[in-house]
Amino acid sequence: MSEDQTTRRNFLALAGGAAVAGAVPIVSVRPVQATPATMAAAIRNVVGEAEVHAGKVKLDIPPLVENGNTVPMTVSIASPMTSEDHVRSIHVFNEKNPQPNIGNFYLGPRAGRAQVSTRIRLADSQKITAIAHLSDGSFWSASVDVVVTLAACTEEVI
Amino acid sequence: MRRFRTILTATLLLTADPLHANDIAQDPRRSGATFMAPETRAMQDDDTANPGMLWVQEGEALWTKAGGAAGKACADCHGDAQASMKGVAARYPAFDRELGRPVNLEQRINLERARHQEASPLAYESRDLLALTAFVARQSQGLPITAGQDPQLAPFVASGHELFTRREGQLNLSCANCHDDNWDKHLAGSAITQAHPTGYPLYRLEWQSLGSLQRRLRGCIFGVRAQPYDFGAPELVELELYLMTRAAGMAIEAPAVRP
Amino acid sequence: MAALINVPPRAKRGDIIEIKTLMSHIMETGYRRTTTGEIVPRDIITSFTCRYNGAEIFRADLFPAVAANPFISFFTIVAESGTFDFEWIGDNGFSATAKAAITVE
Repeated sequence: MSEDQTTRRNFLALAGGAAVAGAVPIVSVRPVQATPATMAAAIRNVVGEAEVHAGKVKLDIPPLVENGNTVPMTVSIASPMTSEDHVRSIHVFNEKNPQPNIGNFYLGPRAGRAQVSTRIRLADSQKITAIAHLSDGSFWSASVDVVVTLAACTEEVI
Repeated sequence: MRRFRTILTATLLLTADPLHANDIAQDPRRSGATFMAPETRAMQDDDTANPGMLWVQEGEALWTKAGGAAGKACADCHGDAQASMKGVAARYPAFDRELGRPVNLEQRINLERARHQEASPLAYESRDLLALTAFVARQSQGLPITAGQDPQLAPFVASGHELFTRREGQLNLSCANCHDDNWDKHLAGSAITQAHPTGYPLYRLEWQSLGSLQRRLRGCIFGVRAQPYDFGAPELVELELYLMTRAAGMAIEAPAVRP
Repeated sequence: MAALINVPPRAKRGDIIEIKTLMSHIMETGYRRTTTGEIVPRDIITSFTCRYNGAEIFRADLFPAVAANPFISFFTIVAESGTFDFEWIGDNGFSATAKAAITVE
């Protein structure tokens, strides 16, 4: 149980304290939603005081999502991926899910190509931001606005 | 007439790829895959990225696992599934002589378990039943649907057709209202497909899981605010049967991915 | 839990290969409620690691925003024949591993 709470605490710290409500399992509390401000705070947690430049990062997400439960996403950065010049990590954030973090991906020169694909959940139409941390310490970002519609009919839960 | 059907079947076999269904002259029928966004289609077409394949993999393991009081595995009687199960999913629901009515693939699996493995039935939509169904359906990949040709099935096909065209629920809609008369239009943000069951059991993004055709039918019936039939109800099997005959000749593409 | 791994079985030294992984997992967000109103507790994979002949070549932190049955694909430069070790760790003591071999000529 304590391991669970440690994980949750680290997890909440990364979320910039936005999800304080999630720390204690109270049934009646509605989850606090991420907002542009909490997304900015989550980005600050990763980036610190460094400047984030727009560019170098390509974020591929369909602009109109077929189903918000599973959205294919590919982040790629044009980089020679040598030991002198490579992408250390990629961090993806969102604006309107209950939490601002989506995933962190750690690469390195052995990656050969700075490209990661996964599938994400999007609760609402919102902005997604991907930030790359390069070996020279700089941060680069790209953002995409995505439209998410709900499924036409609700179903009984199985 | 038989020769014509042979030629038609041969043509359909050669061009069985659902993505090119439009290339078949005169056939306006399209797989649900053709209504999807390219990203979702890419998810289905790549076996290493199709979430439904996780269930196929589990089903493959279950195929050789001994179970029930008789201590037998599916493989003990049926051998290599790739050979013995080829074409099976394409001709289900099929007539069961003992019961005197059609059964779907899930029911056939449970009947086999009861009759030959002395094992208890797997619950509908349970992980194991979905895995086995997905594995068996996979063995018909690319093959044309042949269900419903048995003349004994005729009254059940007719019953299924009646269910398909009957208005029901608080919204007073029949399946045909959307899927025969309004396909390619949109219901809220979702495209209305022609409702061909070529890809079942399939991974539905809305479910975030693999699910059966009956689950989908119950969802739709619930959607028009009618009381859904129970899993395994004869009405659902008849609807399945009718849908398969309506899609006769179209290629199986299981497990599909759908929004 | 089932895992689907796609690693090319052979490659030439210096090739950049794509590795695709798919793991069965519900990735319960912790934000859904039961029909009687209780929150369904969070149950997700929190970390994924890939090692190539023992050295870490890729790692990911996953959050509830990652979809169920997580699909992760990434790249690596192959240097010698060997084994890829994959590990998924998550809530409630979840732990799964998988292996794939590659022959590099």
